[in-house]
Amino acid sequence: MECLVVDDSAVVRKIARRILEKHGFRVREAADGAAALEALRAGMPGCILLDRNMPVMDGLAFLRALRGIPGGDRPRVIMCTTETAQEKILEGLEAGADEYVMKPFDEAILIDKLALVGALPGAAE
Amino acid sequence: MTSRAFQIIAGVVKERSGIVLMPEQSYLLETRLAALLQRLGLGSLDVLAARLQSPGSDGLAQEVAELLTTNESHFFRDGKPFDHVRAQIPRLHRARAPGLPLRFWSAACSTGQEAYSLAILIAEAQEADPALRQRRFEILGTDLTRSVLERARQGLYTQFEVQRGLPVRMLMKHFTQVEGRWRIHDRLRQLCRFEQANLLQDLRQFGRFDVIFCRNVLIYFDPPSKTRVLEALAAQLAPDGLLYLGAAETALGLTDRLEPLPEIRGVYRPSAAARRAIA
Repeated sequence: MECLVVDDSAVVRKIARRILEKHGFRVREAADGAAALEALRAGMPGCILLDRNMPVMDGLAFLRALRGIPGGDRPRVIMCTTETAQEKILEGLEAGADEYVMKPFDEAILIDKLALVGALPGAAE
Repeated sequence: MTSRAFQIIAGVVKERSGIVLMPEQSYLLETRLAALLQRLGLGSLDVLAARLQSPGSDGLAQEVAELLTTNESHFFRDGKPFDHVRAQIPRLHRARAPGLPLRFWSAACSTGQEAYSLAILIAEAQEADPALRQRRFEILGTDLTRSVLERARQGLYTQFEVQRGLPVRMLMKHFTQVEGRWRIHDRLRQLCRFEQANLLQDLRQFGRFDVIFCRNVLIYFDPPSKTRVLEALAAQLAPDGLLYLGAAETALGLTDRLEPLPEIRGVYRPSAAARRAIA
């Protein structure tokens, strides 16, 4: 299973990569929504860990764009953001997110959420 | 943390609960006691250990023991038992007279996540199947530790707590955000009642149950106590009711009052011997 980590923080990308690789994911990274759309040209990942507030193109704009392109319904998208107000979460779900991680997060939470969307390697690849 | 500090804290826990902490569990001290250290302004576990050795530390020792022996609890823990029990609800509903409630027991409920997971599952089953809407449901949560029961009754959880095991759509549907925390809706909270209980004491006052969850509790007891608890639970189970143990727990070799279901690990029904005893 491949996971695309989209976050403008190099620290968050590094933490996510470490957790994901430990659980058998292949990881690609992008620092904003536009870079993430570009990364999709190399193929659709099985899942996407998506920050919300980013420069250039934010997470919601990326998500709406993703869900509009052919094959863009396939990746399981987990939003991973400090925007934790209930209405912000609903906004993410309406834009097409499958799950939602409220920062700060830990390994247990991230793995639980990946399991919930059926994206753990070996589960439903 | 020094090994001396670990020994002092582990000693307090052993003395008050009988539970033995191993040195490789020192991470547990750091994670479970961090909030306590912060609240009391103690700089480290070493300082806490020193405080525990000074006179008048009884209340503190009790709090430390409770923090370290409370079961980890999160929503829909281990998933499978909840899927299984959900599939049993229509059968139990059909088997009961209309006026009778279906009764669920979370027998070591800690801060309430298991009981509320059952409440969510029932609400969603009722939504999917109109026939279940006429049925009354009751959920009892019990625990040995009074402080966790107070939290369970509040039904108010931190951001961390609601993220383990709980799908975000269920969070949106069944909880409201209150000042950064999440409160389960009153309709679900009203299905649940929380009471203090020691599973080694007389359990008959709680009545008969259709479903009992008693997960990751037996591991704390010695074999004779395990047998006693299992037989007491079997006696409170309806003849067609089910007992759910933890994934690593078994009733085999401990009692003949329960027999495992063939299709899923850790789920038991009263054996023929138990059904005769109940009748």
